[in-house]
Amino acid sequence: MATGVTIQRIIRGGFMSFWRNGWVSLTATLVMTLAVFVIGSLLFSNVLLTSALSQIEGQVDISVYFRTDAAEQDILAANAAIAQLPQVRSIAYVSRDDALAKFRARHAGNALITQSLDELADNPLQASLNIRAESPEQYEVIARFLESSVYQAIIDKVNYFQNQVVIERLSKVLSAGRAVGLGITIALAAIAVLVVLNTIRLAIYVARDEISVMKVVGASSAYVRGPFVVSGALYGIFAAFITTVLFYPLTFWFGPQAAKFFGGLNLFHYYLAHFFQIFLILLSCGILLGTLSSVIAIRRYLKV
Amino acid sequence: MIYFDKVSKTYSATSIALDGVSLAIEPKEFVSIVGRSGAGKTTLLKLLLAEEKPSSGEVYFESFNVHNATPNEVIQIRRRIGCVFQDFRLLPSKTAFENIAFAMEAAGAADADIAVDVPQALELVGLADKAWHFPNELSGGEKQRVAIARAIVNRPDVVLADEPTGNLDPISMREIMGLLKSINELGTTVILATHNHDIVNALEKRVVTIESGKVVRDDKKGRYMIK
Ligand SMILES: Nc1ncnc2c1ncn2[C@@H]1O[C@H](COP(=O)(O)OP(=O)(O)OP(=O)(O)O)[C@@H](O)[C@H]1O
Ligand SMILES: [Mg+2]
Repeated sequence: MATGVTIQRIIRGGFMSFWRNGWVSLTATLVMTLAVFVIGSLLFSNVLLTSALSQIEGQVDISVYFRTDAAEQDILAANAAIAQLPQVRSIAYVSRDDALAKFRARHAGNALITQSLDELADNPLQASLNIRAESPEQYEVIARFLESSVYQAIIDKVNYFQNQVVIERLSKVLSAGRAVGLGITIALAAIAVLVVLNTIRLAIYVARDEISVMKVVGASSAYVRGPFVVSGALYGIFAAFITTVLFYPLTFWFGPQAAKFFGGLNLFHYYLAHFFQIFLILLSCGILLGTLSSVIAIRRYLKV
Repeated sequence: MIYFDKVSKTYSATSIALDGVSLAIEPKEFVSIVGRSGAGKTTLLKLLLAEEKPSSGEVYFESFNVHNATPNEVIQIRRRIGCVFQDFRLLPSKTAFENIAFAMEAAGAADADIAVDVPQALELVGLADKAWHFPNELSGGEKQRVAIARAIVNRPDVVLADEPTGNLDPISMREIMGLLKSINELGTTVILATHNHDIVNALEKRVVTIESGKVVRDDKKGRYMIK
């Protein structure tokens, strides 16, 4: 048998039964849309969570304050040594003069403070290094390094030890947040997949007599299965289109609010920037879900 | 050509459908299988189509042991058997034309052949003008004629007709029987299962009577005897 002709017949049969079984197709497409929408929402909430978490992580840092009598070149040597550590993402040096300038700027409106500063002979502020680690749990390592290094002598205090409890708790919360997010993602996706599988199973159950007729008339299992798989793919394709379009107004409305609430990026901008990737992900999820569900659901009726 | 060898079929302890049936059917025969409702007629036909498996015994279609055949051989056997059922069993979302064409498409026929043979089959059953009607737009008799067209379009060696007139009025009934007779005269074996005496008696062909799963009579030019 010419396989090209057969494939053509199967695809035509799939489109035809999709179109002619309008209500079944509509229902299956809507349920599939729901599932693809859940998958899309998980995608977006994952993006939101990740960006919010990294935003929070980015706000954690430790500062090392140097004694006012420390020589600047020693401080710069310490800066260079710390920058060498693999755990350090960034490091910023604030000299005593910089610190004073910042302090003045912050309190520019307060005459009392500016006056008293003017009256002081010496700059009372300390030079400091602001250190950001690659991840929150690494602050401990960095802090230990500082404590035991040769620079111990010029260091006045490291604020990690004041903030230790907070930083540790935060790092726990962040990793718990990721784990919970992943768990919810898997659970919701599994529910969505099950609902789709059962809907398609029902649609094929309704057609079980037709399937047995097709087999009795002499069609091979593959030839009977084909159009159902094509219909399944069509549910997924339409669902992906509908969902992608739906996310335009949703992220437009929800994006700025979420950005304000969680911090992190605006989902609407993310949607626009990654439009094709999002569509492709939803499309492949939809097609995979539709075809696999059909293949699984039709299996038992092909045994005639 | 078709041979049932001591075939028994037990669905469950309370329903023994066939009990040691042996039956040979020659090419070009017209055989009526008669018996009361529940006698096992449909079961016999289902065994030949490999829709059901026998509990014991064997069913042969030519050299094939139907229930030892590979799935591919089963498909080949089915393509050589056309079926007509009491409840028509048309595909509801396909038109009359498409229902008939499906049997050819499934068998891998070329589009050119389908374009010629399907209208011919429709012509033969007198439904050329209703080719694009869906089953729910056809009367019972018309549906059954579509089913017959589907059964014969692949030029099968055997046509199985299970109570093909059960749901029809007397006129449609006569039309359907006329079609089956002419199919048989053109050289196709026909196996008809029915409990309608008038039809069977008018045929004057071989009659096999089944009672509670057993063959009780087999007459060359038979009548359906009622006790
Ligand atoms: N799928 C099944 N499961 C259990 N029992 C069945 C099944 N199909 C048929 N039977 C039983 O097998 C027996 C024979 O059934 P069959 O359908 O072959 O009878 P029939 O002669 O075709 O009757 P009718 O003239 O009413 O169509 C009946 O007693 C029936 O109850
Ligand atoms: Mg029956």
